[in-house]
Amino acid sequence: MAITKFFNEMTADDGSVRAHYAGYAAWLSETPADRIARKRAEADSLFHRYGITFAVYGEESGTERLIPFDIIPRIIPAQEWKSLEAGLRQRVKALNSFIHDIYHDQEILKAGHIPAEQVLNNAQYRPEMQGVNVPCDIYAAIAGVDVVRAGAGEFYVLEDNLRVPSGVSYMLEDRRMMMRLFPELFARHRVAPVEHYPDMLLHTLRSLAPVGVTDPTVVVLTPGAYNSAYFEHAFLAQQMGVELVEGQDLFVSEDQVFMRTTQGPRRVDVIYRRVDDDFLDPKYFRKDSMLGVPGLLDAYRAGRVTVSNAIGTGVADDKSIYPYVPEMIRFYLGEEPILNNVPTYMCRKPEDLAYTLAHLPELVVKEVHGAGGYGMLVGPASTKEQIETFRKYLIANPEKYIAQPTLALSNCPTFVESGIAPRHLDLRPFVLSGTEVQMVPGGLTRVALREGSLVVNSSQGGGTKDTWVLEA
Amino acid sequence: MLSRTADHLFWMARYMERAENTARILDVTYRLSLLPQNGEEVEAMWSGMLKIMELQDAYLAKHPAYSTEAVLEFMIFDRDNPGSIYRCLRATRENAHAVRGTLTSELWETSNETWLKMRDFTVAKLLESGPGAFFEWVKYRSHLSRGVTIGTMLQDEALRFIRLGTFLERADNTARILEVKYLNLLPGADEEQAHATDYYQWSALLQSVSAFEVYRKVYRDQITPLRVAELLVLRADMPRSLARSMKEVHSNLTRVSNARSAETERLAGELESHLRFGRIERIFEGGFRKYLEDFRDRIFDLGCRISDDFLIPTSS
Repeated sequence: MAITKFFNEMTADDGSVRAHYAGYAAWLSETPADRIARKRAEADSLFHRYGITFAVYGEESGTERLIPFDIIPRIIPAQEWKSLEAGLRQRVKALNSFIHDIYHDQEILKAGHIPAEQVLNNAQYRPEMQGVNVPCDIYAAIAGVDVVRAGAGEFYVLEDNLRVPSGVSYMLEDRRMMMRLFPELFARHRVAPVEHYPDMLLHTLRSLAPVGVTDPTVVVLTPGAYNSAYFEHAFLAQQMGVELVEGQDLFVSEDQVFMRTTQGPRRVDVIYRRVDDDFLDPKYFRKDSMLGVPGLLDAYRAGRVTVSNAIGTGVADDKSIYPYVPEMIRFYLGEEPILNNVPTYMCRKPEDLAYTLAHLPELVVKEVHGAGGYGMLVGPASTKEQIETFRKYLIANPEKYIAQPTLALSNCPTFVESGIAPRHLDLRPFVLSGTEVQMVPGGLTRVALREGSLVVNSSQGGGTKDTWVLEA
Repeated sequence: MLSRTADHLFWMARYMERAENTARILDVTYRLSLLPQNGEEVEAMWSGMLKIMELQDAYLAKHPAYSTEAVLEFMIFDRDNPGSIYRCLRATRENAHAVRGTLTSELWETSNETWLKMRDFTVAKLLESGPGAFFEWVKYRSHLSRGVTIGTMLQDEALRFIRLGTFLERADNTARILEVKYLNLLPGADEEQAHATDYYQWSALLQSVSAFEVYRKVYRDQITPLRVAELLVLRADMPRSLARSMKEVHSNLTRVSNARSAETERLAGELESHLRFGRIERIFEGGFRKYLEDFRDRIFDLGCRISDDFLIPTSS
């Protein structure tokens, strides 16, 4: 499959500017280049001063970097957002039903829609959660679903992030930055607001409090100041007005979670945790974890504390489960999926492995349990040596990989060293599920800044853009 | 509030205050080193200062002799010296970073910006513009940070622990600044009359704690050691004095009071009362240097107690 043409978010194939970008394009052409250059420099210095940074693993500890911010927004017209939103809500509902089912009656397995061993032998499946009831049957209260536009402009879901999805703080900070730098643009466009996300998140978390708790104490649990997403943890805690805690600040006594305060122990009811399952409770999971709280799982299973997202949600966003999501939508909701899945070859199947090995230069190969753009092969952008290295990995451990056709990701004009050039992007909208499902319009747009690159992850040199959903 | 949060706030404030006072001590010593005198006296001055700051051994491990350049580099830039201004500002920023959600964004940004700027300073730049400009900068960043704290933070527990850190550190540091001056006196020497005629030394000391004009205003007379000591020890209206610092420590402490802090509050109150009702002549009778050392020991003890009562409590 040769990639020849990309969908451009701003301009149509005939070179004309798409209607929803007309206002911005006009502004861009009439604004002097030196003013834009000044504003871009100002944005950089503001991000530095605000300390809106992320830590990079593998570099000297405590190294903080800015995520490059691009001032050309990604604009989505109202109508398009409407169907995207409906598709996302549908998808997350089905995924929550699936996780509930897996940890209870496993009807989808009994019905034969998904091979049982795919789920039950998955490292992300937590037997400790079997039969545990969680408030509102909601497991993934916060989902960040990665969506791309490809081909002639249709949307595909690339990945469902149901464990500890990050990036929402950048969505909010990007908007704040755009409004500060270019207020005139917001006077010209009716951009749907996103600033109420922290309120919505707090509302969602409170709605999931243990039964009988009327005024719940919510906390955000972070691995600490050296975590790559620490900025976001602190940001969300502050915006919600709740405590940002580390594992060492909490303890469990008689199945109740408390935090250590200057006025003695104080009960905690809802934990928005940004710590992976493995590190949550050294009593049950990784024994060497310094980030967790011993006994947390006991309190959780006793229904005395809510942990969000629930323990064991990873079983549903694993790349080996991803191909079955359309089936889940049909099974649990009785609906046809609104959003497309990317065709996926599961290398554990001999015929899929054979196909993958024969078409490596065209495919994207991903580790089933990988995340953050680490450990993947983008066939068309790789050297012969890289492809041959991956071939060896695949033959040695086929069950660890999936392969997908290389999508012709849409692109959007972006400021780069040589001026303005098209760069590929994706979109991560956030779906909040509590007593109701809620979303803010838009999400985080990530852009691959290297020419031709299809990898948008910030750890791989990606940047971000403000995302505008235009109100009709 | 979380004990860990209180701990970070307390130390964030202490390190900022320490950076400021280190700049003050360096500034006064540097200026005194420029007065006409022989090389040995200059060396003695620097070694005395390092001794009071309990950094003499660390310095000598790295430098064979005392020179103005070497001491300035050690006290400003040395990354291995926990007392250097570089390390203090880094620790301020690290503590602020750990609780950035508890701070107003303006306060966090102030601390972050100070640190980013500090990283850009070099010895060469410093010597080019003269160390005085750098010390001014540190003082102003500290003023700014304090102003932003008072001007933007909610008057709740978080602010109390910040203030507690600021004044406990200041009480210790002001005592040290006074000790530098008295260090080279032999025990038993007449402290009251010592260097009485040395106008420049006393005025430099006053300037280092921004008290020169204050002295003139309060005493309307010539500068004498006894009055300088009275101003910096007993005058509660002098913002950098021991009395003022202890008054703030005590009042902030009573406002965060908890079930286990009664004895700590009592000790702070006792120390404050001594300062409030004390007379400088009596203090000198018992030996001023000894008084300052005792005072610092009690400040150290208070710091440990605050830590045990509020900041690192044992489980449940």
